[in-house]
Amino acid sequence: MNNTAIELSGIRKTFGTVIANNNVNLSVNKGEILALLGENGSGKTTLMNILAGIYLPDEGTIKVDGKEVHINSPEDANKLGIGMIHQHFKLIEVHSAADNIILGSKDNPFFLTKKRSQKIHEISESFGLEIDPDKKIYNMSVSEKQTVEILKVLYKGAKILILDEPTAVLTPQETKKLFAILRKMKEKGCAVIIITHKLNEVLEISDRVTILRKGESITTVNTAETNANELTELMVGKAVELSIDRPETEYNENVLEIHRLTVQNEEGMDALKDVSFSLKKGEILGVAGIAGSGQKELCEAIAGLLKAKEGAILHHKQNLVGKTPAEIINLGVSMSFIPEDRLGMGLVASMGMVENMLLKTYSQGKTPFVEKKEARELSEKIIEKLEISTPGIDTPVRRLSGGNVQKVLLGREIENNPNVLITAYAVRGLDINSSYTVYDALNEQKQKGVAILFIGEDLDVMLELCDRIMVLCHGEITGIVNAGETTKEELGLLMTGAINKGVSANA
Amino acid sequence: MMRFIDFLYAAIKAGTPLLFGTTGEIITEKTGNLNLGVEGMMYMGAFAGFFVGYHTSNLALALIAAFVIGAFGALIYAFLTVTLRANQTVTGLALTIFGTGFANFFGQLMIKHAPNGTPKLSETFMDAVSAKGIPLLSSIPYVGKLLFSHNVLVYIAIIVAIICGIYLKYTRAGLNMRSVGENPAAADAAGLNITFIKYFNITLGGGICGLGGAYISLINGGGVWNNGCVNGQGWIAVALVIFASWSPVKALFGSLVFGATTVLQYYVPKDIIEIPNAFYVMLPFVITAIVLVITSIKQTKEGAQPLGCSNNYFREER
Repeated sequence: MNNTAIELSGIRKTFGTVIANNNVNLSVNKGEILALLGENGSGKTTLMNILAGIYLPDEGTIKVDGKEVHINSPEDANKLGIGMIHQHFKLIEVHSAADNIILGSKDNPFFLTKKRSQKIHEISESFGLEIDPDKKIYNMSVSEKQTVEILKVLYKGAKILILDEPTAVLTPQETKKLFAILRKMKEKGCAVIIITHKLNEVLEISDRVTILRKGESITTVNTAETNANELTELMVGKAVELSIDRPETEYNENVLEIHRLTVQNEEGMDALKDVSFSLKKGEILGVAGIAGSGQKELCEAIAGLLKAKEGAILHHKQNLVGKTPAEIINLGVSMSFIPEDRLGMGLVASMGMVENMLLKTYSQGKTPFVEKKEARELSEKIIEKLEISTPGIDTPVRRLSGGNVQKVLLGREIENNPNVLITAYAVRGLDINSSYTVYDALNEQKQKGVAILFIGEDLDVMLELCDRIMVLCHGEITGIVNAGETTKEELGLLMTGAINKGVSANA
Repeated sequence: MMRFIDFLYAAIKAGTPLLFGTTGEIITEKTGNLNLGVEGMMYMGAFAGFFVGYHTSNLALALIAAFVIGAFGALIYAFLTVTLRANQTVTGLALTIFGTGFANFFGQLMIKHAPNGTPKLSETFMDAVSAKGIPLLSSIPYVGKLLFSHNVLVYIAIIVAIICGIYLKYTRAGLNMRSVGENPAAADAAGLNITFIKYFNITLGGGICGLGGAYISLINGGGVWNNGCVNGQGWIAVALVIFASWSPVKALFGSLVFGATTVLQYYVPKDIIEIPNAFYVMLPFVITAIVLVITSIKQTKEGAQPLGCSNNYFREER
């Protein structure tokens, strides 16, 4: 009996002159969870997309169940029992869960019958998943959407499961649930490949770890015989200090005071309800919460992009409500919001770094012509400081990898010398090395006296980096806690509203 | 009362070509392609339908010709946008210009070769497309006249719209094509053949638009070919797609409303309300504009343009 579910050898994939994968070897056994670890741009997602039939490899062989196969399309992958759960969910928002799940399967070949929900029920029960097959995707939480993605794969009878950063958007409790599901699959003999940046998760869930660096597979180690430091070293190629500083600052002055702020979102619902908090000079205030709990609206309200319905935003005792975004920027309030697609807000994808720098400073020019010189120097400076890898300062930012795009955005906001820096999801999808570069940059700003609002996802990081953490749940503050005195579990419960340490209006 | 029934009857007749065009464009847009060539495909269908009808006096052949040439126009569009990934808006506009020119060029040629310079459909053909009452049903007072005494194309249009509605909502193929239209990457990952699905539905939609053109030349023209006969109705159909919120069944109602505005001028008693004719000519376009504004304010997620519309899909794009 052959126990190897899938085996890759000598895989190479290039995009133009960029080598995404080169000489990659890895194998996964049945009933095993393999973690794939690597920095941004190390070619993990590309490799998995090759398995899923999205990309074709230039060289190398793929063996499934010991037989060599050619995966030319996603359909080929489905037939071989390979199912992929993408980092950005591939779901059709206006369709129901059931319609998403049966898409591409051979059931209901002509007419869609009511029975299609039944088989979904059976499968979800056998794996302990909870789902309402008739619920529309756009009404679902991130965790529910992920369940649909998993069901999609199981429905097609996949034996090899690939998950690309599945925990990036989950609460600790949801992550636990996901891991339980993965363990169940493992018991049933499925092979699971999981991509994640979170080392503690790698250590918790996986049996073996394959490490990619610059597109090549470096080595594979047994999880039981390794630790976080070793993994990082293998991944980065050098020893890295794995702790985040939390420098103490001496300032004691409120820069930003939010009083009873209520903001409506585009649909006219209250996205923030009666929110009050203050942000001190030289402080990093973390904002935790499940995606869509009002983080975006909070950022936009402070930056002047969304109108406050009620309440006040005081910046050095001056009310920002009613001011235009340009006026707010001139007061030194800077925002860098990293949306899920990383490019949606803040940068223009088809323009190079230089032009993107100019977006914030063009109005300071003295002649009618665009003055690029300073922007050029600024770009060079940011590249050096944040270790951005780019072919050149005029390359459209769209062509940079996600992590580098983020650094460009953050770099620009920092270089603007703000006194309030709002950063949302600054390290979203960033690898360890880049993340630490960002944390260091933020700490440097903090020591200079900048007040930082850090909207984050990774609670482990927030616990180490932030001074205080404010938790949002359905647009309300369920608690503001000192990062040094709380636990991940408590934050998780605050995020879901299971406990509420209701804060007084003038906290 | 009879005058009002006459008005509604005329509205149904005038709305039929719009219904064809709208249904065809809904199918096209639901699969993720905005084809602004409706006007052009209707022109092509108008000419081909008339030309074949003129030479063969056979209604079925005329309709088949109109469908095929409409589908052919759409096929050109599909090749350019799906295979070559050309910009959908520009390609659609080009198709409109091409189709209009095509029909007027060959139409002029037909006029030149026709006796007395008037290409005229034969008596037998005109009889085949004339309004006929369905026995028994058509003798019901009011309703009989309104619903059961039309020419055969009106019924075809309604049946096509209803079948398309069922196709979209309740069939596997409809689910597949809607998925492609909403999120081609998701559909691709699910193993669907994006290229085939798009080609199939775009050409199907084009064929239905072609039938709308044939209605205009065969029935509205009174049996005589007329250059410039489609005259903007294709554009109204494009707007009607939004009015119908991408549902062929709602298009039944929408096309009736727009059909009504185009014939209103003949049914307003001139001795009571005196408005210049130009006002009535303008009316459908004004209503189109108003409808576009209203529908853009209030939209449900399901009744909105498919998300993949106007974007060409390329699997390996990063």
